[in-house]
Amino acid sequence: MTTTIGDRPSRMPVTSTFTDAHLPRLIEVWLLLAAAAVSGAALLLVGFNPAVWAVATAALYVIAIGVSSRLVENGRKAKDRVARALVTIAFLLAIIPLVSTLWTVLVKGIGQLSWNFISKVGQATFNPATLEVTRTAGALQAIVGTFEITGIATLISVPIGLLAAIYLVEYALTTSHLRRVVTFLVDVMTGIPSIVAGLFAFSLFTLIVGPKAFSGLSASIALSVLMIPIVVRSSEEMLRLVPTDLREAAYALGVTKSLTIIKVVLRTAIPGIVTGIVLAVARVVGETAPVFIAASFTDNFNADPLNGPQQTLAVLAYTGYKFPGKDIAASNQEAWGSALLLVIIVILFTIIARVVARIFAPKSR
Amino acid sequence: MSKRIEVHDLNVYYGDFLALEDVSLQIEPRSVTAFIGPSGCGKSTLLRTLNRMHEVVPGAHVEGEVLIGGNDLYAPGVDPVLVRRQVGMVFQRPNPFPTMSIRENVLAGVKLNNRKISKADSDDLVESSLKGANLWSEVQDRLHKPGASLSGGQQQRLCIARAIAVSPEVVLMDEPCSALDPISTLAIEDLIEELKQEYTIVIVTHNMQQASRVSDKTAFFNIAGAGKPGKLIEYDDTDTIFSRPSVQATEDYVSGKFG
Repeated sequence: MTTTIGDRPSRMPVTSTFTDAHLPRLIEVWLLLAAAAVSGAALLLVGFNPAVWAVATAALYVIAIGVSSRLVENGRKAKDRVARALVTIAFLLAIIPLVSTLWTVLVKGIGQLSWNFISKVGQATFNPATLEVTRTAGALQAIVGTFEITGIATLISVPIGLLAAIYLVEYALTTSHLRRVVTFLVDVMTGIPSIVAGLFAFSLFTLIVGPKAFSGLSASIALSVLMIPIVVRSSEEMLRLVPTDLREAAYALGVTKSLTIIKVVLRTAIPGIVTGIVLAVARVVGETAPVFIAASFTDNFNADPLNGPQQTLAVLAYTGYKFPGKDIAASNQEAWGSALLLVIIVILFTIIARVVARIFAPKSR
Repeated sequence: MSKRIEVHDLNVYYGDFLALEDVSLQIEPRSVTAFIGPSGCGKSTLLRTLNRMHEVVPGAHVEGEVLIGGNDLYAPGVDPVLVRRQVGMVFQRPNPFPTMSIRENVLAGVKLNNRKISKADSDDLVESSLKGANLWSEVQDRLHKPGASLSGGQQQRLCIARAIAVSPEVVLMDEPCSALDPISTLAIEDLIEELKQEYTIVIVTHNMQQASRVSDKTAFFNIAGAGKPGKLIEYDDTDTIFSRPSVQATEDYVSGKFG
């Protein structure tokens, strides 16, 4: 018997202490297919229904993966696989409404979108010869109203919210009573139902201006009641994220507190603050109830936010459905079109916010 | 330009808590003074009282006086902002402004204060400050890159350049090398040696070799126990402190018997 140097002794089968029995790599896929097939076959006997099928497949899969892993692998891996399956199912459940809503709005609204829809005011024309009312779709009054009402609300909310956040983070001591009061009020405001904000603005303007005091400004006030707490909260978080080191670095250069806040703290936090503001705008741009109460609704073009009812896209989507004109189908179409337009505007805002945040973000290379 | 620092009977409080008790010492212009001592003994606190940076903590206040160039920092009517323009500071962790380029970081003291400066003057200031911080040759062709793109040691020298760009009388350094590797530490120590020609430098350090290498005088601080105030135990020439200190606690500390 000769052995060469470097030969490994191979008489004893070496079992690594680091490996353990494990299921084949694609077991999840196979089990899922099997669960789908079994539950599908069982359902065919009693009557097929896709929703029940999906639920049955999910339940069957969770049980199958848990049991097989428990049998072949060990308890820890079984728990891991079951938890993984549950989390995935929860994720799918969560995106179903999102995808479904977007899809429905897209499919139903896309036919309505045209240059005319965006650039014309919706009108009903009466033909005296045939006594017919024809509805020309148009959302210009709602687009203008949306931008004006949301814009004014933003102009009111951002300074108030940002200054409140600066006070809370930079000036108020942790023991300050005012700080606690402000924080508490912001928390309360966060929970105000939007309809209450609308009633507040409406009654405020009724007191000041008189009855039937519908106006875009009133709706803006209602929206800013909803926006301010969001802006305060998000800006506060962002300002707190700015390291104390940077403030001290500025102070040590003999920079005053106010300039430090403006040129160092705000400048460093601006990407996050902008994102927070845009989220707040996106949150209120779709508000219907408060705008409906405070600004009412109208088919007429009214670009003056101080006088008379104004329309927004969200309200148009609601009224088009709830209070259709003579031509019910056309009004409903208009509602879907304005809903889609609203979704597009929100997405555009989000993209703009991302770009702005990217531009101002601290760079490292 | 550099000035003498005199501290007389100084007590420093954070709220009701006495952090540092009865400190008196004199720091000569154009010298390097090291503060050493165990954690919590108040050496950083004392450093921060020299440019009123401790006031960033709410409730911090002092008794006694601190004179820089004969002027009391704590006299009524003294503006901490003006104090800090003349007493610069470098921190433990390099903290260049992340939104600014290297050049803007050096000019931060000027620009953040809304002072107007011509292009030529600012170019000169950037070059002289970066040269003063031994960083010019490494960054001269990428002044418009972000300050955060530099290595830790370079960032710390950038912070020193930023501090000396406002031409202070005194430069305070709070453990400037504790986050740096040995090579960068050496670079900073060489720089301190050069800066001493022009500025009064006070450095807090946990590294006793560093104190013995860079400083002319050393102050040893100690604390009797948690919750007790820190005290100045001994203040003398660095050679004396490290070779024949007059207090037993100092000898124990510098020889590594405690702390």
